[in-house]
Amino acid sequence: MAACPIEATGLVKRYGEKVALGGIDLSVPAGTVTAVLGPNGAGKTTAVRILTTLSEPDEGSATVAGFDVMKDPTEVRRRIGLAAQDATVDPLLTGFENLVMIGELHQLSRKEAKVRAGELLEEFSLADAGGRVSGGYSGGMRRRLDLAATLVANPEVLFLDEPTTGLDPRARNELWAVLDTLLDHGTTILLTTQYLEEADRLANDIVVVDHGQIIAQGDARSLKRQVGGDNIGVTVTQVERLGEAAQVLGRVTGTAVVEDPSTRSAVAPTEAGVSGLADVARALGEAGIGVEDLSLRQPTLDEVFLTLTGSPANDETPTDEDGAR
Amino acid sequence: MNETTQQVGPHKSRGALHDVWVIARRGLIHMKRQPEALSDATIQPLMFVLLFAYVFGGAIQIPDGNYREFLMGGIIAQTLVFSAFGVAMSLANDRKNSAVDRFRSLPIANGAVLGGHAVANVLKQVLPITIMSLAGLVVGWRIRGGFVDAVHAYVLMIAFAFAIIWIGVLLGSLVETPEGVTGIAFAALFPLTFVASTFVPVESMPGPLQVVARWNPTSSLSDALRILFDNPTGIPSQSTAFPTQHPVLYTWMWVIGLVVVVAPISIRVYKRSISK
Ligand SMILES: Nc1ncnc2c1ncn2[C@@H]1O[C@H](COP(=O)(O)OP(=O)(O)OP(=O)(O)O)[C@@H](O)[C@H]1O
Ligand SMILES: [Mg+2]
Repeated sequence: MAACPIEATGLVKRYGEKVALGGIDLSVPAGTVTAVLGPNGAGKTTAVRILTTLSEPDEGSATVAGFDVMKDPTEVRRRIGLAAQDATVDPLLTGFENLVMIGELHQLSRKEAKVRAGELLEEFSLADAGGRVSGGYSGGMRRRLDLAATLVANPEVLFLDEPTTGLDPRARNELWAVLDTLLDHGTTILLTTQYLEEADRLANDIVVVDHGQIIAQGDARSLKRQVGGDNIGVTVTQVERLGEAAQVLGRVTGTAVVEDPSTRSAVAPTEAGVSGLADVARALGEAGIGVEDLSLRQPTLDEVFLTLTGSPANDETPTDEDGAR
Repeated sequence: MNETTQQVGPHKSRGALHDVWVIARRGLIHMKRQPEALSDATIQPLMFVLLFAYVFGGAIQIPDGNYREFLMGGIIAQTLVFSAFGVAMSLANDRKNSAVDRFRSLPIANGAVLGGHAVANVLKQVLPITIMSLAGLVVGWRIRGGFVDAVHAYVLMIAFAFAIIWIGVLLGSLVETPEGVTGIAFAALFPLTFVASTFVPVESMPGPLQVVARWNPTSSLSDALRILFDNPTGIPSQSTAFPTQHPVLYTWMWVIGLVVVVAPISIRVYKRSISK
């Protein structure tokens, strides 16, 4: 297999006047996960569609699993799995029938496809629902079926467009676990997400896109360094002791503290993560300060974008979302 | 992850026919699971047979025979013409559900999706044709012609079912939504099946409508089936228009025209509509 199963250079895609992708380079080494992180309308889906042969770029080129997406689309399709942003399972077929059909279209024999469908339903906790028409599934079940469908033919390269949107936390954790297993088997994955937390949890490399441009790239740690990392926030029970609490917080983290008496809270950046949080808790306890809430939180996507671009993430015009398909 | 079926590398292609059949089978399951589609194929033709045979039929005079025998060719023709809208609906639904993208991301043969729709539509027509033939026998319709002509009639039905698909593909590619297809189907129902010899002889219509009705392929298919079954046609012997003189030939010309001229255009329009 090629050293980089996903390799793209200078991808440009225009829709009329609108530049959906303004020249994007991507390179995903074998057996790793790259997350494309960006707000609505950033161009994530457009990039995925080009890499999965659904759409042709106006400029630039890409190879996936060693084949050119424009010259050898069928060879690419034989080796990829795609979970599109909107689940594309057939609502009139049962879960089982959906998987069997996709297996057969991946050129498995009917028997192989049935065996594989059974395994996948089991794995995605859909075994009980497999005999029911998927149109009656909950959003999360449909999403899981869609993801199962992408794995039918054991793809070398997997594309997941916002795979956890619409999943509850348990289903999301299950999906993450499945992706871990796939990685153990050497699958190369490109996923898109709007959540830094998810990118951080799953990806070796994060590509931040906005308005069709890559605005930052790197592993989670370097990216977080750029955007300031985690914060520890303390909310005290008595506002009179806020100043005291802020002092304790600043002493432990060694960073600048921002106090906000209106919410009785103080916030300070930290690089120590959960152990930093524990230190702060202990120090506050020793000082005898009443604490209502103490938390460690990651910067939100908005904060990331604010830091990287100087403007908030969602400054899209409302019409853009309609045109997203 | 799954040691049992884990395999290295992609599977070899099983050929275009395999892919067509997999997609056709899906179309048949769709028919089974959609109450409207299933009733369109079963109850509706049955209702039409009973309605016209027992309710309206008594008021309609056929110069050369019994109305119930006249009726059958028309009802079968109407059902086949209308199957085009079923195809258009399937394509519109595929686009709405993003099934189009799903299929395009799979390693399937070129044209397998349309081929699957085509095969499914032809197979879907077998059910209503059978039901109508049986219902017709019950209400008094008979195949009075020879065996070869009767086979010719059923072959013509199947060929027409295949040819009319391409109108459906064109429509389904041009109209974006299932709702749009329903609207057009409703608007087309009146001129297509009522300004025709489907239910009444063309001679009973006012002059200008007669011209439209005579050249309407629904008329010629109705008339062709009547002639092949040796049922009354209601066509006066002095009629000189080409379609009324040679309904079988004229219907085959439509079949060939649809396949040779319309199909390539439909395929091109379809391809453009899915690669947007
Ligand atoms: N078919 C299309 N026609 C016109 N404009 C389009 C089309 N597809 C996408 N666009 C535009 O291209 C831009 C990028 O869209 P894209 O769907 O790639 O964004 P995204 O990052 O996937 O957003 P989201 O998070 O909302 O899914 C948007 O401004 C969108 O409106
Ligand atoms: Mg998107």
